[in-house]
Amino acid sequence: MEKFTHIISTAVPLPMEDVDTDQIIPARFLKATTREGFGDNLFRDWRYHPDGSPKADFVLNNPTYSGKILVAGKNFGCGSSREHAAWSLTDYGFKVVVSSFFADIFRGNALNNGLLPVQVSPAFLHEMFTAIENDPQTKFIVSLEHQTIAIAGTEREEQFDIDPFRKVCMLNGYDDIDYLLSLKDEIEEFERVREGEKKEVLI
Amino acid sequence: MAKTLFDKIWDAHIVKPVEGGQDVLYIDRHFIHEVTSPQAFDGLRQRNIPVFRTKNTVATADHNVPTINQHLPIADPLSRFQVEKLTENCEEFGVDLYGLGHRWQGIVHVIGPELGITQPGMTIVCGDSHTSTHGAFGTIAFGIGTSQVEQVLASQCLLLKRPKRMRITVDGELAEGVVSKDIILYIISKLSAAGGTGYFVEYAGSAIRSLSMEARMTICNMSIEMGARGGLIAPDETTFEYVRGREFAPQGAAFEAAVAKWRELYSDPEAVFDKEYHYRAEDIAPMITYGTNPGMGVPVNEAIPTAPTPGDSLASFEKSLGYMGFAAGENLLGKPIHHVFIGSCTNSRIEDLRLAAKFVQGKQKAPHVSAMIVPGSKQVEQQAKAEGLDKIFIAAGFEFREPGCSACLGMNEDKVPAGEYCVSTSNRNFEGRQGPGRGRFWRVR
Repeated sequence: MEKFTHIISTAVPLPMEDVDTDQIIPARFLKATTREGFGDNLFRDWRYHPDGSPKADFVLNNPTYSGKILVAGKNFGCGSSREHAAWSLTDYGFKVVVSSFFADIFRGNALNNGLLPVQVSPAFLHEMFTAIENDPQTKFIVSLEHQTIAIAGTEREEQFDIDPFRKVCMLNGYDDIDYLLSLKDEIEEFERVREGEKKEVLI
Repeated sequence: MAKTLFDKIWDAHIVKPVEGGQDVLYIDRHFIHEVTSPQAFDGLRQRNIPVFRTKNTVATADHNVPTINQHLPIADPLSRFQVEKLTENCEEFGVDLYGLGHRWQGIVHVIGPELGITQPGMTIVCGDSHTSTHGAFGTIAFGIGTSQVEQVLASQCLLLKRPKRMRITVDGELAEGVVSKDIILYIISKLSAAGGTGYFVEYAGSAIRSLSMEARMTICNMSIEMGARGGLIAPDETTFEYVRGREFAPQGAAFEAAVAKWRELYSDPEAVFDKEYHYRAEDIAPMITYGTNPGMGVPVNEAIPTAPTPGDSLASFEKSLGYMGFAAGENLLGKPIHHVFIGSCTNSRIEDLRLAAKFVQGKQKAPHVSAMIVPGSKQVEQQAKAEGLDKIFIAAGFEFREPGCSACLGMNEDKVPAGEYCVSTSNRNFEGRQGPGRGRFWRVR
């Protein structure tokens, strides 16, 4: 996993609630057996007409908005557990998703792929949408180390929470799997103890 | 100290607590399928490591399989490749696969319970959000992403933060014609599509106790639709009798010993939950959804609300009704439909098919409606045929298909065409969920 420390970028606004993972990447694009290339179909049905032509009114097709930060309404990433949703966002180029609320599985999938979910208060989210609306070139400063998100050129800043273990993983680019593999002996010991308990019950 | 059922199971599976509030949790059963596993197997290959515990791992092909002519090669090349990849991966890594053509093939959350692989007190994961289904047996069961599928394949463990606990109690007697799908749709309509996020739910109360295992699975299955990671129900005699004698269940003295342990799986009377809700079974009516998130449900004979429910903004409410082609305050009864889909991990078990057959027996579908029954597994399909249900459906003009996830997510050919309406027993009414166009979707029991 890539290391994440901080980012300064403009943002893409998606002021909708309950954006589910079927919208982020529709099921018919889940037939791939690798992790690459999902960005082309990110928000496919909101982004393109059935004939493949872009829908002019969708934000990703509007050249006014760009950046590595996606700002979305509450309950982002609900529904299906497909990690392809996180892969399509990172493959497209997003490094941060901001919302006032994230669905659990999506949050975990994002963190496992170096995509930082930043949960802000509804009021700060509203401020961010307003700032982008007033000036699409507004930059936002996200610091994982300090756990802050700020609107550049203003005093506006908010702290965000992240699990301390996840923070260390993201700052250093560690995967859970390396850690779990290092515990092989302890896992086997756990299994032995449990097997012993089961036999006791049978006797 | 008094403990909830959830905490009893969780604590029994901690290999090691980690600084910062995470636990290394041991996973008893890992189900895999073709869509969310190929990248995980690739990861193992890149690290040159085996599947750590093949005996804890079971695979099936369900999401991407056709529901007709399963004996023929899959026509769609991408789908075929993905299903073949699963077969190759299972062979290479020594994982048991009940794939196409196997007498146990079916939707992963249907076959686990029916084969007795799912047992009380276990931790169960799968790269699929409806893994919560298995919670009906008093298990901690939840969906995971592909990175976590790889972690479980590699170590049989996950690194997790303990969720908060919620208890939802439904007491009383259900009215005639009200079934478990109505209970869960009612709960989600009260709590919203995000109301359970961060929680693991225990369902309790006399109305839940009175349900069969199939009906309990329908409730736990949809826990994720209110954002909860999973839902569970304390096991009881109904549970033990369901598990008894099944293929992979303990047999004889081992079964009796297991039951003795399973009887300890309940929340202590003094156990404290982070959140509690109480509902009366008598207040629940047959439910239907009108919008594009599972919280948008109403009693079938009531009108669509005229304002958004607490979980939604006006913009989302209007967008949703716009997609569905409905107006606020409108009644759904009398609306024309084009398709009927009975299936999915929510409602494709033998009990669901029996109920559906009772409704359609001796009747005929309207000529302009296409209607499809997709059994949850080969065993359900065989059982339905043995009971003659297939003939009832066919006589009523329904198609009786072969098992798979089918039109629940529309990865295969079973899609609702643009602009048409489908009444469906599945779990999600998201935009485009049942097809790429403006396929619309009402969810009913």
